[in-house]
Amino acid sequence: MSDVYVMGVDMIKFGRFPDRSVPNIGAEAALMALDDAGLGIQDMQALYCGNLGQANAMVGQRILQEIGQTGMPVVNVANACATGATAFREAWMSIKAGMYDVVLAVGVEQMGKGLLGGAGGGEGIPKEGLLGSGTMPCVFAEAGMEHSKEHGTTFEQFAKISVKNHHHSTMNPKAMYQIETPLDEVMNAEMISYPNTKLMCSVNVDGSAAAVLVSEKKAKELGMGRAVKVRASAMASDPYTDRDLVMPDVNACTRLAAKDAYEQAGIGPEDVNLVELHDCFATAEMLHYENLGLCKDGEAGRMIDEGHVELGGKVPVNVSGGLLSKGHPLGATGIANIYEVCTHLRGEAGARQVQGAKIGMTHVIGLGTACGIHILEKTN
Amino acid sequence: MSETKPLPVVDFLKIPEDGNPYLEGYRCKKCGSIYLGERNVCSKCFARDEMEVIKLTETGILHSYAIVFRSFPGIDVPYISAIVDLDGGGTIKGNLINIEPDPDKIEFNMPVKITYGDALGRKDKEGNSYLSYFFEPA
Repeated sequence: MSDVYVMGVDMIKFGRFPDRSVPNIGAEAALMALDDAGLGIQDMQALYCGNLGQANAMVGQRILQEIGQTGMPVVNVANACATGATAFREAWMSIKAGMYDVVLAVGVEQMGKGLLGGAGGGEGIPKEGLLGSGTMPCVFAEAGMEHSKEHGTTFEQFAKISVKNHHHSTMNPKAMYQIETPLDEVMNAEMISYPNTKLMCSVNVDGSAAAVLVSEKKAKELGMGRAVKVRASAMASDPYTDRDLVMPDVNACTRLAAKDAYEQAGIGPEDVNLVELHDCFATAEMLHYENLGLCKDGEAGRMIDEGHVELGGKVPVNVSGGLLSKGHPLGATGIANIYEVCTHLRGEAGARQVQGAKIGMTHVIGLGTACGIHILEKTN
Repeated sequence: MSETKPLPVVDFLKIPEDGNPYLEGYRCKKCGSIYLGERNVCSKCFARDEMEVIKLTETGILHSYAIVFRSFPGIDVPYISAIVDLDGGGTIKGNLINIEPDPDKIEFNMPVKITYGDALGRKDKEGNSYLSYFFEPA
């Protein structure tokens, strides 16, 4: 099977674009990724498009209507917050399968403001606030409190994650916000679902990201130059766990996918120089230090206390600013984090550059549950 | 309109004609896993047609929780969203009531019991009342 390379990748600056259409936002990133690869839409053999909000509305084809209708096959995917990673992985798989040499993956989302999840619906009466809460800040607060129960993790430790990611975002011009948020500001912000304050919740934004993936043969033909090698692409759903009927399990599926990814790449967590992981809430990031093997179980609090996950630390996490400050356009997130890691591997991340980065990891979780992990490696 | 019996808030809340309401589970006879609501196949051990209907126990311990300060418009806050492991097996989620929504007052693993009551005055489009379940400190 051919190795797969990212030949071009880019994302738009995340923001709010209520006057634009979803395909229009996606088309912008697609053109940027094509330019980055030095290729045109006519060179693409297939398009894998990730979008959640208009999952039944042929977003991929409508992107091509804006940038070039070549007749190529288009697959539209939806997989909750793992949607972008799923589109990227389908593109990767098509090259692995020997079907194509050059394909395009696009992730795009246009979000409203406000709380996600929990609306309930169904028969009878609304259940929100009656049988607990299905809002995302609450669901991830419950997952974080489980960690508190087992390991004594504190509100302050969770809050420090948000301080870190907001700090990182001050160095990322493509992040939604570039604002420092000191610890007291994070902890005193409006409490949404204890222990997640408003500044510990990801930002709902509009955005898009895209990548051009090529086979080894094609990469050699085009010149390796700034190409980034995909060392692993892993995906898992949630295996059975005792509480997952009422408590979506983001841990077990991350551990499954991480194990698979490390095995594919033939490396261990100690070989990873930077990680972009799914910090949809500050409480979530804490869990994934352990789930991804960046530290032993029970040591996540120390990872943030001792600065190991900051820029300049042992394994910087979410130097882009993460979903907490860069923003979280659901369908775009899984490709935007691949853009971030590639940018570091190419040595082009400017002020937030992780020095000497050779191997990076991306991770997303779509509640329900889907976990997508990619390991990427610098080529030269 | 005559006095009508409230409807159950979820399918697994049962309200017998004579007797007290209770929560119903489905237990896999092969591996013992407990599910809420009817099903035929066990997602843990994959056994088919091995489910037995059980009454869930009405006591348990607080596994995890969050205190919800912002919800959707019209939902009263704050309230405690609680995950409870039942003593007889199975885990359910609901509101923890009759305790202050303050992390200093709430203890992990604290014993709780299930109580039943009106669904906070919520009615459906036909005007039907509903019976819900809640947790309270035991």
